[in-house]
Amino acid sequence: MVGKSVPRVDAYDKVTGRAKFTDDLIPDKCLTAKVYHAKIGNGIVKSIDTTEAEALDGVVKVVTFKDVPDHCYPTPGHPWSVELAHQDIADRNLLTGRVRYYGDDIAAVVAEDEVTASRALKLIKVEYEEYPVEIHPRKSMYGSRPPIHFDKKDNVLARSNYFIGNVEEGLKQSDTVVKRSYKTPIVQHCHIENPISYAYMEKGRIVVVTSTQIPHIVRRVIGQALGIPWGKIRVIKPYIGGGFGNKQDVLYEPLNAFLTTQVGGRPVKLDVSREETFCNTRTRHSIEYDLTAGVDQEGHLLAKDMMAYSNQGAYASHGHAIAANGLTAWRLQYACPNIRGEAYTVYTNTPVGGAMRAYGIPQAAFAIECFMDDIAAEIHMDPLEFRRRNLIEGYYEDAYLKPIAANTNGIFECLKKGADYIHWDEKRKEYANQTGFIRRGVGMSLFCYKTGVWPISLEIAGARLVLNQDGSMQLQLGATEIGQGADTVFSQMAAETLHMDVEDIHIQSFQDTDVTPFDTGAYASRQSFVTGTAVRQCAELMYQKILDYARTLLPNEKRTLSLDHGYIYAEKEPVISLEEVALESYYSLTNSSAITAEVSTQVKKNTIATGCCFAEVEVDIKLGKIRILNIINVHDSGKLINPQLAEMQVHGGMSMGMGYGLSEQLLLDEKTGRPLNGTLLDYKLMTALDTPDLKADFVELEDPMGPYGNKALGEPPAIPCAPAIRNAVLHATGVAFSEIPLTPQRLIEGFQKAGLL
Amino acid sequence: MYDIENYYNAGTIAEAVELLKEHPDARIISGGSDVLIKIREGKFAGTSLVCIRDIREIKGIERMESGDIYIGAGTVFSHITNDPVIQRWIPVLGEAVDQVGGPQVRNIGTVGGNICNGAVSADSVPTLFSLNAMLRLSDGKGGRTVPIRQFYLGPGRVDLQPGEILTHIVIPEREYMGYYGHYIKYSMRNAMDIATLSCSVVSKTDVSQGILEDIRITFGVAAPVPFRCEKTEAALKGMPVGEELYDTIEKMVREEIHPRDSWRASREFRLQIGGEIARRALIRTIELAGGDPS
Repeated sequence: MVGKSVPRVDAYDKVTGRAKFTDDLIPDKCLTAKVYHAKIGNGIVKSIDTTEAEALDGVVKVVTFKDVPDHCYPTPGHPWSVELAHQDIADRNLLTGRVRYYGDDIAAVVAEDEVTASRALKLIKVEYEEYPVEIHPRKSMYGSRPPIHFDKKDNVLARSNYFIGNVEEGLKQSDTVVKRSYKTPIVQHCHIENPISYAYMEKGRIVVVTSTQIPHIVRRVIGQALGIPWGKIRVIKPYIGGGFGNKQDVLYEPLNAFLTTQVGGRPVKLDVSREETFCNTRTRHSIEYDLTAGVDQEGHLLAKDMMAYSNQGAYASHGHAIAANGLTAWRLQYACPNIRGEAYTVYTNTPVGGAMRAYGIPQAAFAIECFMDDIAAEIHMDPLEFRRRNLIEGYYEDAYLKPIAANTNGIFECLKKGADYIHWDEKRKEYANQTGFIRRGVGMSLFCYKTGVWPISLEIAGARLVLNQDGSMQLQLGATEIGQGADTVFSQMAAETLHMDVEDIHIQSFQDTDVTPFDTGAYASRQSFVTGTAVRQCAELMYQKILDYARTLLPNEKRTLSLDHGYIYAEKEPVISLEEVALESYYSLTNSSAITAEVSTQVKKNTIATGCCFAEVEVDIKLGKIRILNIINVHDSGKLINPQLAEMQVHGGMSMGMGYGLSEQLLLDEKTGRPLNGTLLDYKLMTALDTPDLKADFVELEDPMGPYGNKALGEPPAIPCAPAIRNAVLHATGVAFSEIPLTPQRLIEGFQKAGLL
Repeated sequence: MYDIENYYNAGTIAEAVELLKEHPDARIISGGSDVLIKIREGKFAGTSLVCIRDIREIKGIERMESGDIYIGAGTVFSHITNDPVIQRWIPVLGEAVDQVGGPQVRNIGTVGGNICNGAVSADSVPTLFSLNAMLRLSDGKGGRTVPIRQFYLGPGRVDLQPGEILTHIVIPEREYMGYYGHYIKYSMRNAMDIATLSCSVVSKTDVSQGILEDIRITFGVAAPVPFRCEKTEAALKGMPVGEELYDTIEKMVREEIHPRDSWRASREFRLQIGGEIARRALIRTIELAGGDPS
């Protein structure tokens, strides 16, 4: 079953519209909540008057920052740490009178319907005292009066650094030293389904149904935010329309849970608009990098140094973990004796940075892989050859974080496949000396990526199997299907280990924290690796339990038993059907005991996946347009559980990576920090007509750490496209852009500056 | 859920005019692809609507005996693109409105709405300017006919009087016969977008002599209203086809249009693009005329 392209287990329900999403489940007479957002970028609320709003017919309740608990809580979807030093930063209130970014949450209205709630918002009167707005981390880090958060006087949320060898010495020994700066934009996940939840009370407890990647974490954070025991909360996660890390954060669920307690436990819906999703949920951090490296005459890296400045925005969310992850990537994969890295994560008055597919690595990989091309250009070496000379072949491990290691390493095979597909050598020559206003180029980039979060954070997963009377089984997991195909591959894994058909594994797709085993959820490309380990252990346990029970029904059977597709075999002879065993387990008058298996597993492993992108582009210099002619991602993610789903995953990631490179950016007003283009019209997400044919390929090395030889694939496809495209434009035009996206505006400016126009 | 106070449905032009007079605060809606967005944004929240979508008299396209082409204001973009009269006589208009948004909006959005919305980025309008289109307005009495160029008053403002509705767009035969047109929409992506800059060139070429006889150049998003480049047009008329002509249009257009700086694009950027798309559009019209553009 593993390794086969079985159809998605949810395909028919999703295609026919039968699959239920949160909005499909809204109960009758559900109230609607809307949030009042600040109309300034930094300051305090001097006064707030809600009397007119409260008087409006149909308004049930208005709450302001004065009415909510005054303690702060953390929001990121990390496993909780029992050690104080490693706990997430708690810097949020449900509503606030201290406005830290344009759109901050000041008050909320609960009304009988949406129109009434909207009208009530307009009746709320707020007076502010304004402070200066700062949206740039490299300015904000020198402090502001007052600071954005009182306990961080210089607005620096965190700083970290490391040294390997001696960078100064290494640079002195180098024949060529190159310094460059790079910058990545704020982007948004743009999942189709905006964050939505509804909350109600039942038997003194709060139930929240929400579109999330992390139901068990949402439960904990609601408990923390409201200051109530975690057992008083139940979180249910239906099908969700994408998350990409935005829903790996606890967004408006705590406020929604609070609001239902304010209206006697009546159901309250909080449906976030697209504009709010852009401004008030989470974004990918913009990070600025200053890089320095020294190489010898043969093009070997002798020393390298990274300084990174990450724009956190107004609240900590995932915080420094993002920039720190990029800092770790800086010391992996390429051999270099002297490495230094330092990163700052800085509070500013902008929308909040959080988790987004590949967690800091798209930013770092953009900087690193542009830099590799720029160094190669400086020493007149083919950029692919330059990388080959510096890449580590085979096993390598992280210098600091054990046991993070490339237990298998298919990067050279990936590069060969990519280069062959794009005809690298021919095209590097063919496009070398072009003139005219239409020019072509080829470029590439590569990356490595960890699988899960161990040892930086906890890895734990639970799984439960229940044998039905007919020999089929339910599989229950706390891990979540968020569109990536998790339910399908988990079903395949269970079927593989139990020697069953996938059709006989009924996976429970909705998580309910009252019922589903504990698992921290979908993020970090962890589930097929960590939850997969739990599924395998659970299936092995179930397998053994079935055989043990079967043996009680076969008192005279001395041969070794095994299970295969519905039958118990004694050596090679079928002796009893699984259905008979299952029926007996339920209804035997002498020894009935329904068979279930459950595990909760901590996984203390981590393994590095890798891959690359090769792109061929055509640049229309006078119109500032880039057309992608060919593009391929090649991934070493270990063994593929479902090749077709893997390919789809790569396509989706490539789309995200191309948008990152070419068109996506959340622009902010300098004076207020207000998003200028927070709509799907003005934020240029690529459409089908902007997307070239996508090619995905794989190198399948069996990774010894993965439960089925597999490792990370969920996030990696989003990493390498942007730098590959940028490097292809460099090849085509000779212009080395240092900032993405490569919008027409940026291209025309660059070409004018370079004298091409 | 949309915040709409009242909704009145008109079955005929007369009914529509009557309803508008009865409810002077009501707005006209047809496809709704502009109006509903503004209601959702809150700009038109609480508005009342007079719907003209069911009025048959203002749908469809006809070429009269005079050769003039009448386009019903309520005709949706996809019907214009697929209409045989348009395809035969003024294909440039069908191609232009085929660049609006995506398939769904092209099936509900109307050409009349595109004009009356007053947006400078409207995809139908530069071409209608270059075709010297006339607009038929009805007020329940005699009504009036105005050249489209006079209809635009400023950004988002058109000369539509209270109680008036736009019923037809008229393209006189003399304005299209012998002419070829090409529209270039410059936007940041290939679908679901509005123009950053747009240019419609309609020209007449004496192919045997290799002379550009007549040309009309209209820009969207290059000024507060759709903008005809009259100076450039005058300078180009009578020029021989070739590189000098193309260099002239590129250079002169950059001097004549007045795009502004905004976060969407800088003035400098729009000037670069403006010259280039005018050049490319002109070359294409000469090709369409059967000429050798080089």
